[in-house]
Amino acid sequence: MPDVLMQYQAEIWQAIGETFIMVGFSILAAILVGLPVGTFLFLCRKDQLLENQLVFSSLNLLVNIIRSFPFLLLVIFLIPFTRFIIGTAFGTAAATVPLTIIAIAHYSRLVEQSLLDIPKGVLEAAVSMGASIKNIIFKFLFVEARSGLVLGLTTSTISFISYSTIMGVVGGGGIGDFAIRYGYQQFRTDLMMYMIVIMVILVQFIQFTGITIATKIDKR
Amino acid sequence: MIHLQNVSKRFGDFQAIKSVSIDIDQGEVFGIIGASGAGKSTLLRLINLLEMPDQGKVHVGGQDLTKLTSKKLRQARQSIAMIFQHYNLLGNKTVYDNVAVPLELAKISKQERQNRVLESLQFVGLAHLKDQYPAQLSGGQKQRVAIARALAIQPQVLLCDEPTSSLDPNTTAEILNVLKSINERLGVTIVVVSHEMEVIKSICRRVSVMSDGEVFDTVTIEPTGIRTIDHSAKGFVERLTKDGDSNHA
Ligand SMILES: Nc1ncnc2c1ncn2[C@@H]1O[C@H](COP(=O)(O)OP(=O)(O)OP(=O)(O)O)[C@@H](O)[C@H]1O
Ligand SMILES: [Mg+2]
Repeated sequence: MPDVLMQYQAEIWQAIGETFIMVGFSILAAILVGLPVGTFLFLCRKDQLLENQLVFSSLNLLVNIIRSFPFLLLVIFLIPFTRFIIGTAFGTAAATVPLTIIAIAHYSRLVEQSLLDIPKGVLEAAVSMGASIKNIIFKFLFVEARSGLVLGLTTSTISFISYSTIMGVVGGGGIGDFAIRYGYQQFRTDLMMYMIVIMVILVQFIQFTGITIATKIDKR
Repeated sequence: MIHLQNVSKRFGDFQAIKSVSIDIDQGEVFGIIGASGAGKSTLLRLINLLEMPDQGKVHVGGQDLTKLTSKKLRQARQSIAMIFQHYNLLGNKTVYDNVAVPLELAKISKQERQNRVLESLQFVGLAHLKDQYPAQLSGGQKQRVAIARALAIQPQVLLCDEPTSSLDPNTTAEILNVLKSINERLGVTIVVVSHEMEVIKSICRRVSVMSDGEVFDTVTIEPTGIRTIDHSAKGFVERLTKDGDSNHA
């Protein structure tokens, strides 16, 4: 292993750990909140089962607003909110707040899009069989859209990694922050390159895993 | 069995169904025919309330469906099965699991479910394909799976919207034979919507002709029986070179 990496080994491991925490929480939020929100967004659309113009437009607008914020501004804009939730606006825990919010908005949109790909006839068949909304969601929607949902989560996760790189501004740490502080600000270009390589490998691995799973579970 | 009284349905400014009344008896094979856009599918979808009528009554099996709570309506729909032109199977479930879906919805025990799924698949002659996925099947096989799925819950009524319109004549004949035996052996009341005269004439005893959202006339006929067509390569050549009847079902 190159000497610089040995030299900064402890810091690098810590940075990787921070990135995993930030991205991990984002993924958790995407699944636990983004998935239901995206499903609800889909169901409230025109001609869908829970059609509700008002709910759909409001939720749709909210998701759009969050997603159109330049992320750095969103982080700063949310500082009071973060302080309210976590008690401080600084550090890795605080950094997860804006990340989970963008994660929910990001993934819910992709969930909505994957659900839109399901042929309308499948839902019609479900209704004709007397399925309840809950059954339709779990026995029809999520079954038919499952590979799209996995691919969406893959795309989202890669975005979360990218978002996490700027969390240095609020002391969130992570690989991106390390690359900037040591590599860029202390003119250790080699160190910065190594960090970029780590990120590239990470992204490749996630993309490969996501596509492999999505292909395996798609029987259509 | 099915009793529609002065039902009407509009989509925006368009009056798709204009005050239609129909009575279909228990055990009947009833046909609905008409030009494209005449309102056949809409009328069929009014029977299980896939479309809610603006006016009128929809009685099936003695219940007024428009008066039911949503829970009761879901229960009622479990005895009104439906099949579609494009099958509408779940692509990510095996044949077996597709047929099991309505049984799961009806909370039938796993053991009983297994019996009924296999029984239904045997009825349509597809038990050997139970572990395949729909993408691996031909159109005719997919429609049989859809029929097995419809049968599994032992419905009183089977609604068929263009069940053979995506199929070739031979496969059409096979599907019609299955529908006929469902009616004869299981006593299920069947309503068939089709724009294909041959299909309607072959199995229906009473037929409503629709035009512009109205029933133009309802006639009683003697079903001609299902014609099977020689689909060997030789048969094709013979029919190509012979004049006259193209034999298209
Ligand atoms: N959900 C809907 N929204 C708006 N218009 C509709 C809707 N469903 C049906 N229509 C219209 O109602 C009319 C009747 O449609 P329907 O599908 O019942 O016709 P059909 O007789 O089944 O025709 P086809 O043979 O082409 O299937 C058509 O003009 C159609 O455009
Ligand atoms: Mg139609």
